[in-house]
Amino acid sequence: MSAISILIVDDEESVRHSLFNWFREDGYEVGIAKDAYEALAALERSHWDIMLLDIRMPGMDGMELQRRMREVNKEIIIIIMTAYASVDTAVSSLKEGAYDYIVKPFNPDDLSHMIRNAAEQLNLRHENIELKQSLQQVALSDEIIGESPQIRRVMELVQTVAQSDSTVVIRGESGTGKELIARAIHTHSERRYHPIIAVNCGALAESLLESELFGHEKGAFTGAQMRRKGKFEMADKGTLFLDEIGNISQKMQMELLRVLESRQFTRVGGNQTIHVDIRLICATNKNLEMAVADGSFREDLYYRINVFTIGLPPLRERKSDIPLLAYHFINKYNQSMNKSIKDISPQAMDLLIRHQWPGNVRELENAIERAMVVGKPPAIQPHDLPFQLAEEVPERLESSDSLAEMEKHHIALILRKANWNISRSARILGIDRVTLYNKIKKYQLKE
Amino acid sequence: MGQIHILPLLEIKAETRAQLLEAIEQQVQWPAAIEALEFDPRFAYDQIRGQYHSSQILLGLHSKLNRPQDKIIAIVPFDLYIPILTYVFGEAQLDGPAAVVSLFRLRPEFYGLPPVPARVVERLIKESIHELGHTFGLRHCPQPECVLHASTYVEEIDLKSHTFCPDCSALLQAAQAKRRTAAPAG
Repeated sequence: MSAISILIVDDEESVRHSLFNWFREDGYEVGIAKDAYEALAALERSHWDIMLLDIRMPGMDGMELQRRMREVNKEIIIIIMTAYASVDTAVSSLKEGAYDYIVKPFNPDDLSHMIRNAAEQLNLRHENIELKQSLQQVALSDEIIGESPQIRRVMELVQTVAQSDSTVVIRGESGTGKELIARAIHTHSERRYHPIIAVNCGALAESLLESELFGHEKGAFTGAQMRRKGKFEMADKGTLFLDEIGNISQKMQMELLRVLESRQFTRVGGNQTIHVDIRLICATNKNLEMAVADGSFREDLYYRINVFTIGLPPLRERKSDIPLLAYHFINKYNQSMNKSIKDISPQAMDLLIRHQWPGNVRELENAIERAMVVGKPPAIQPHDLPFQLAEEVPERLESSDSLAEMEKHHIALILRKANWNISRSARILGIDRVTLYNKIKKYQLKE
Repeated sequence: MGQIHILPLLEIKAETRAQLLEAIEQQVQWPAAIEALEFDPRFAYDQIRGQYHSSQILLGLHSKLNRPQDKIIAIVPFDLYIPILTYVFGEAQLDGPAAVVSLFRLRPEFYGLPPVPARVVERLIKESIHELGHTFGLRHCPQPECVLHASTYVEEIDLKSHTFCPDCSALLQAAQAKRRTAAPAG
């Protein structure tokens, strides 16, 4: 770390001069300002770690300057200098975020200790930031693997949306890593030092889900022997990840919408209103637009959550990532199983690349885990894999598999589900109304 | 080449003077002499604080020098201060000519302890070398045993040695070499 810089702000020339010399002898970078305006200018010109600030100055006083400083540089350590042992002033300055205060004239030992402690705090702060950054990199590099343009695009979207508090919907087939992406968004966000709580909505019955999300009071229902916090409360100041959002009941959809709009709720069996500050991330492998069109998913909730969408490509659409992922899982299981399988034979790799992976990355991980159990060093062979080449022979293709046919059927389906409401259908299909009219004409679709 | 003028503003025993002179010459590696220049520090006295303003004393000492390559260090019996601090053991002009060291807080009697003359001499030697180090542009050293380690209470002076650590020695030699080159011939 470079030398710690100290800015001395005092209207008395003798104070500035003597402190300047004192700190310079100690090897600090020292700056001086005779009033608040010079201090603000000095802060704009360069970075300062510590500011020694006189509380009483003509013009803008130290308290006011401290408030303004905080707007420009939140990290600066402010030590208040006061000629009066006024507890009120000291307490006010500490409340405003000052690190400490010292009464003039200072005992040199007290001053020396205070600056050393402040420097120690700065060092710890920098160390903390560096550790968190490296932790973040480790977490990400360990979990999201891939170099394909598709996965790079996903990571760009993660970086972009993480900076905001917007609700995110992650869409993708089962096993594509939706929860990992949710965690990556959380890890990159300002909320990363608070919890991310994950709930699999599809795995719980309606009554259980309600108590799981909102918590319950003691005696709210049979078996509720004590008060329990729900996931919303547990995720306060952090992120709530609702997986399989497309599977929740109409009643829960209504409840969820109400909470998302008011940011408050009551526990099951309780009447105390609880306020929460959460960022919501949802995931689904369902086509929510279809669910809205057929009435199984509330349109208002759809619009409430569908602020930012990240679509995860299935593994078969990013096959270039398969070798990287496969070797990542080999490393992982070599460590956990204490094995020494280092490679994949070319034939086995050929199988891995040609497989269609309906279960996506999760299926690939399971396949590698199994191969590591049954296989022998040094390399995974085709017979270690849980599928054979014969399975990979594609089904006979039909003329109805053409893109145009698929498009025609899909547009017809959406129009039917939306009762031929052109605006809604166009919105669901993600095209404009004119394009939809043109397609209807092209495919000769009729109501 | 310049000289260090040592100016005691109190009676110091001949033995102590010899010890001080020898230590300064050995450690600072610069010719030194104890002198009896006329210097009245009363102008730097602050009646309210009952202490002497050390920065003002430095300005007064500076005016006594004729040659830019010379250094001057005063040894004073009274308590020193700079406006923002309650006291200082001494002060120096960083990379300048003047320094001052006070015996006032180096004596155990100040802390209610019995006198230990030998310890006071040790402390005086360390603080004098420390302040003279500053006049050659050296800053405080993080090495606890180095004479340039900062001391804000008197026991800290006892903990360090009266010598420069290898790094500070090298810096001192470099600073002195620069001064020798810059000094006018003759």
